[in-house]
Amino acid sequence: MEFDLHMALVIIAAAVATFATRIGGYILITRMKSIPPRMEAALNAVPAAVLTTLVAPAFFIGGWESKLALVVALFVGLRISHTWMLVAAWIVVMIWRHAGGL
Amino acid sequence: MNRADFIEGLRGGFAVALASAPFGALFGALAVENGMSLSEAAFMSATVYAGASQMVGIELFGHHVQAWLIVLSILAVNFRHVLYSAALARYIGHFTPVQKFFTFFLLVDPQFAAAVKRGEAGRPLTFAWYFGFAIIIYIPWILTSIAGGLLGGFIGDPKAIGLDILLPAYFLGIVLGFRKRDNFLPVALVSAVASVFAYRYVGSPWHVSLGAAAGIVLAALLPLPPQEPDLEADALQSEVHEV
Repeated sequence: MEFDLHMALVIIAAAVATFATRIGGYILITRMKSIPPRMEAALNAVPAAVLTTLVAPAFFIGGWESKLALVVALFVGLRISHTWMLVAAWIVVMIWRHAGGL
Repeated sequence: MNRADFIEGLRGGFAVALASAPFGALFGALAVENGMSLSEAAFMSATVYAGASQMVGIELFGHHVQAWLIVLSILAVNFRHVLYSAALARYIGHFTPVQKFFTFFLLVDPQFAAAVKRGEAGRPLTFAWYFGFAIIIYIPWILTSIAGGLLGGFIGDPKAIGLDILLPAYFLGIVLGFRKRDNFLPVALVSAVASVFAYRYVGSPWHVSLGAAAGIVLAALLPLPPQEPDLEADALQSEVHEV
């Protein structure tokens, strides 16, 4: 098992940077006594806003099979359940790629 | 530690562990493919513990990018966590400093989503529940990274077995979980458009921070809801969450 010192240092720096982001918001918010309503509205929007940015580019940059898979997953998520979204998206992609899709 | 809460946490986190197992394996496989050793990949999963940014990290390792730029990119991908920990603050004031350390170290996306859901539903957010939920994701994440690294040579093209679609589909599911919130649709639409533009014209990984910032700023500027959100009404509204 090789363990390169330079690689290890980069990983540690990445870990420290990640931890800083994970505690940073807490430190900022506890320094302020109360949360103004607009900031609260902003904080409420955080999860949907961030997670959307992980989906939207994948939709636009992905091939047609990825676009179709995500649309199908969206309907499955709205109608059935979130767990089945993964299965539905995966099935669409596999059928397209292996059953002679474009 | 409250045993019942801990077990409830384990149960909730288990589904996330299952869903993230392919990504752990994918990370391990790609890390080894990009020139990391198995122990380095495991070390990264154990210390950074942030899937998307680990993927960005190994991508850059593979292209021999300078170290400071790798760390900066990982910081950019993870910048959303600043907002997570700020949003979580109101629920974890009663944790001890050591508990807070672990709370933040283990604060991954689904952990945040589940913790906020629980807090908003007015249910007690105990450290026992949080830690149970987290540890059942954390340990398999390291183990699947190692397994993926071992299997790396056999996977070949991840696209051929459809692995590439799982990550966006999974994130889409989490987004849908928040669709009952105030201003959900405008925020999601603006973030989507802004992230696509940033991806095109600024480049990855900045589309995450820039796209999110657009949606968050919009939420702050939109007219405020008529009154303070009522926790009880929220609890009645919220569906059973299964991510």
